[in-house]
Amino acid sequence: MASNGIKDRVAIVGMGCTPFGERWDKSGEDLLVDAAKDVYASANVEPDAVDAYWLGTMGSGTSGLMLSEALKLPYKPVTRLENMCATGSEAMRNAAYAVASGAYDLVMAIGVEKLKDSGYSGLVTSRPPDDGTSASMTAPAMFSLLAPAYAKKYGVDEGELKEVISRIAWKNHCNGAKNPKAQFRKEVPMERIQNSPRVAGMFGIFDCSGVSDGSAAAILCRAEDAHKYTDSPIFIKALSFAAGPAEGAYSQDYDFTTFQEVVASAQDAYGQAGVANPREEISMAEVHDCFTATELVLMEDLGFSARGEGWKDVLGGRFDGDGAQPVNPDGGLKSFGHPIGASGLRMMYEMWLQLRGEAGERQIAEPKLGLTHNLGGQPGRCVSFVSIVGK
Amino acid sequence: MAGITRYGSYVPFFRLQRSAIGPAAGRGERAVASYDEDTVSMAAEAARQVLDAGDVTPDTLILATTSPPYAEKSNAATILAALDLPETIRSVEMGASTRTGLGALSLAADLGDAGRRCLVVGSDVVIGAPGGPRESQGGDAAAAFAVGPDDGALARFIGRASATTELLDVWRLPEDRFARQWEERFGADTLAPVIADTATRALKQAGCEPTDLACVILDSANPRAAAGLPLALGLKPEQVADPLSSSVGRAGAAHAGLLLARALDTAKAGDRILITSLSDGCEALVLEVTDRIDASRPSHTVDTWIEAKRTDLPYNAYLKWRGILPFEPPRRPDPDRPGAPPMRRNEGWKLSFTGSRCRSCETGHLPPQRVCVSCGAVDEMNPERFANKSCRIATYTLDHLAYTLQPPMVAAVVDFDGGGRLTCELTDVAPEQVAIGDELEMTFRRLYTGQGVHNYFWKARPRR
Repeated sequence: MASNGIKDRVAIVGMGCTPFGERWDKSGEDLLVDAAKDVYASANVEPDAVDAYWLGTMGSGTSGLMLSEALKLPYKPVTRLENMCATGSEAMRNAAYAVASGAYDLVMAIGVEKLKDSGYSGLVTSRPPDDGTSASMTAPAMFSLLAPAYAKKYGVDEGELKEVISRIAWKNHCNGAKNPKAQFRKEVPMERIQNSPRVAGMFGIFDCSGVSDGSAAAILCRAEDAHKYTDSPIFIKALSFAAGPAEGAYSQDYDFTTFQEVVASAQDAYGQAGVANPREEISMAEVHDCFTATELVLMEDLGFSARGEGWKDVLGGRFDGDGAQPVNPDGGLKSFGHPIGASGLRMMYEMWLQLRGEAGERQIAEPKLGLTHNLGGQPGRCVSFVSIVGK
Repeated sequence: MAGITRYGSYVPFFRLQRSAIGPAAGRGERAVASYDEDTVSMAAEAARQVLDAGDVTPDTLILATTSPPYAEKSNAATILAALDLPETIRSVEMGASTRTGLGALSLAADLGDAGRRCLVVGSDVVIGAPGGPRESQGGDAAAAFAVGPDDGALARFIGRASATTELLDVWRLPEDRFARQWEERFGADTLAPVIADTATRALKQAGCEPTDLACVILDSANPRAAAGLPLALGLKPEQVADPLSSSVGRAGAAHAGLLLARALDTAKAGDRILITSLSDGCEALVLEVTDRIDASRPSHTVDTWIEAKRTDLPYNAYLKWRGILPFEPPRRPDPDRPGAPPMRRNEGWKLSFTGSRCRSCETGHLPPQRVCVSCGAVDEMNPERFANKSCRIATYTLDHLAYTLQPPMVAAVVDFDGGGRLTCELTDVAPEQVAIGDELEMTFRRLYTGQGVHNYFWKARPRR
């Protein structure tokens, strides 16, 4: 068994992203057209130049036809895929392997989700018919299980932990306020975050990511072709993915202070990229802050903080936009919004901007390696994606 | 001669104060099935008390109720499955009159004489029109009895008599939610001689004088009709059992059995008990308690159930739970109905709460798995029932968004003694009192009804 990786063999040569938010005037197909126009322009190619497509959507459409019909693609291969909230990253991972293999020269990964047509403010998903015994908890409730477990294990007072997670929301709102494509573009005072109405467990409204519509896309090619399309491509250093055996759902050993899937995928990615010390070597990261406590636990699972120390790094500002290791400089799921199938590609869009020096007032000074992390499922039972990219 | 070999009871956790209904509703409180309970789930809880000792192997289940969750489709089958009893058991359901609760016990006595072993369960959720006496004076409860030939009986049936009377006293059309009642005095005057005659016949068969009785249970859909019996039989007030009208309310077809269970909770060997149940006629049974009684009591007495309660249920919540009051729905999609084939495939898990344990490494799995999460062994599992194991909260949350009739939903990851973990809902719990490490026990519930299908499964609750 090996994870050989494709370090420096595949480049991203164009990216596109729609504004995320409550896009009442746009259908899922409209958003795909918008993101595709954006990415074709970014890579400076005509649609016909792209050989194959990977469409990620969790539930806004079915089959490759959603994309091929919307874009009127002339009999091209279009794969539709789904891997819960990591769907967008999964589209990119599969597209990258297709060019690396030599099967195609130029490919597109595009993700979309249209969540705001459901009539409900939270995430609505459908399941195949079942026996009716699975717990019908909502997503915030499942992730809220992290907070009391973390507080207990590391002896953090629950009031203090509330301040920690509120600061994560505060930081991501500060970042999103500087992002013209973000769903929420306002700074929110700590006091308002801490006192927002409870949704589940310790989480208030402001501990939850935005439920949004949006689409994002990337065009990829083999590294040696990259400069045909752009002067400043970015290169894939690592792509990793882990689907867990759901150990945490069955085993009393799992304590809800980690995602074993994230640890596994991060270790794999660091191995592929040759990263020995992620706390020092990763310049910036876009991580799956579906809820604030998730981001806290991810800091430790990704090796940015020592076990039990993440909360101190959060309070110390290490992950702030101007901190030593900025996390979610674009606002994250929290503030940029979380249209499921698009989110993984949205994370990569920020890496694209930052590494090319195009992130405007969010620009991080001289970033070298960027990491994106995308998660689907729930604590104890999830899939995890990690990528590392650089110049 | 047939007898009762085991018994059990169940009174739900919630009480509705009659003062919460209005000043005309009288004093005291009534027991209320929670939003996730019905006749079937309460019947299963009472019957678990009967079966817990492991010495009851019924060949017949008789369910008596006037509030079957399904008008067509066996309710008894769900109860049998929840109890992990075999499919070879015969089951019958009786209803149409609250008297059939005691009627079922009488029938089981006859079957016991014929060598059969019955599990008899009376269970009812009594719903009355808002503001009326049936709403305020009714109650929700269940009682269960194992009845068979006299080997090891805790009480023997020494006399029984019945009467069936055609009259219009209490009635309800199939399409109606609420029963109606004729002028109470008519039923009372018509049925008073019926109860006196039936009780007298039962006592005669038992060779028993009224003065010999340690306890007399009077249960009637029309309370006035039974009120004259103590005088007619020359009973002393201390012989007459508390009808639990101020603490439970009359629990329909379960009520006579509930009062009998309570009498057995404190009975002594040699005690004779007369039970009557009056509606559209009368059933009367005379029982003689044996010296097996002290060794045969269930884990929960009726009074334990009555005392473990929550008393602050708002009237509008009660009306919402019973589907009487329209309300703002949760801002979530209505739950999907469970599918018939997956329910059948997973019946052991869904209804009897049977998980699996790895033969190679002893790891417990809920729900049952084919591949061991710990050692990876494939198809090396033994089924194992977790329904009677206690568990502890590993972590928990209050879900203010989830679809539930009693927000917030309390959900927890629970770890079972001896291994095994499950994420499940908690019930009969005060959200503000939940803590990591709390000890819980499992209870059979109706999670919800989706698209006309009742979805039964297990939840955890604090020990009662």
